[in-house]
Amino acid sequence: MQTLRFRHTAKRRLSGKKDEAIIGVVASGNLEVLLERVLPEAACEVDIATPLSGYDETWKAVVAEFVERSSPGGLRISINDGGARPDTVYLRLMQGSALMEAE
Amino acid sequence: MEDVTTSGRASWFQATARQRVEGLLDPNSFTEFLGPSERVQSPHLHLFDLPSAFDDGVVIGRGKLDGKDVLVAAQEGQFMGGTFAEVSGAKLVGLVRAARDHRNLPQTVLLLMDSGGVRLQEANAGELAVAELMRAIVQARCAGVAVIALVGGRAGAFGGAGLTTATCSRVGVSEQGRIAVSGPEVIETNKGVEEFNAEDKALVWSTDGGKNRRLLGGADAFAEDSMEGFRAAAKALMAKVPAFDLKTMQAEQERLAARQKRFGACDDAVSMWRILGIKEPEAIRDMDSKEFTELANSIKECNHDAR
Repeated sequence: MQTLRFRHTAKRRLSGKKDEAIIGVVASGNLEVLLERVLPEAACEVDIATPLSGYDETWKAVVAEFVERSSPGGLRISINDGGARPDTVYLRLMQGSALMEAE
Repeated sequence: MEDVTTSGRASWFQATARQRVEGLLDPNSFTEFLGPSERVQSPHLHLFDLPSAFDDGVVIGRGKLDGKDVLVAAQEGQFMGGTFAEVSGAKLVGLVRAARDHRNLPQTVLLLMDSGGVRLQEANAGELAVAELMRAIVQARCAGVAVIALVGGRAGAFGGAGLTTATCSRVGVSEQGRIAVSGPEVIETNKGVEEFNAEDKALVWSTDGGKNRRLLGGADAFAEDSMEGFRAAAKALMAKVPAFDLKTMQAEQERLAARQKRFGACDDAVSMWRILGIKEPEAIRDMDSKEFTELANSIKECNHDAR
């Protein structure tokens, strides 16, 4: 297993009141994303556990793009990966932040 | 905004465990126990370089169905085949034991089965979990708890999940739901392709599938493959749970003995359906759920007080 951690400072706190959300399933080509509102205002941490090694740069780029796009300030995001493609990872991250923004 | 993945028409078969719980219970009534943020995960999978799941593939908690309090557990068939393992098994066992021991908890347990059996990487713990769960179900039923299995997921209910299902007070199944102990591939590997051809999907579904289970009395309700369908089936089953006493046990023994006598010589499902007096048994496969439910409700063998 490879574990990766990315720390970002988002543009702002993610809106919404939900404390926690989970989306996706650990299955082949899929992943689960757990989002928790536990960090200060603009901080964002993404922890990844993946059985595939050697994709550090891809993960880094996908996470950076997500942070830029949705500004998930205040979130700790934990990922259990089942070998998902980058587009699936991005989709789940966006779904997850949308769940956290729901009233 | 309505979530299409948990709305009444959404497919049960396609849904995840969490979506099923959401779609089955009354809106916003579910409270999870040991939720994903508590990270009660498998202590073994990382040793095999395999990813864990935050809930180890089982969602447990309490909620309401049609206003009635229920405990609920859902297996995630997409994660490791929904398998029984140390943590996922302990969550199921703990939930059923809690119902058994605490009268102030809901006295109905809904088990949303979706599992191929024991997780091979934690096989000893998984086998123990199955045995403990079956024992807990029997003890809970003795204490007056209704334990209801609902089967309609992608992994079906095989191995320990098939045994667990058969231990419950009542069973609901959809056409896509399969209930058995040895899976088709296992039978083919051990007994040869002449015994059971696992590639022949029509044969597999007509044998293990929900329609056959319902017609032979192995399931007490047939659900359409939707959240609404399983809600309706669960409600109907909750309304008629048999007492778990000597009379029920004797009735079950008699039912199974009569079934073996009647169908023991059959070598496929269609010939069993013919013996049941169904005029066009070949037409069963193409029947929609409404038509099939009416047929099943009209056959004596399908509607018994045993279990």
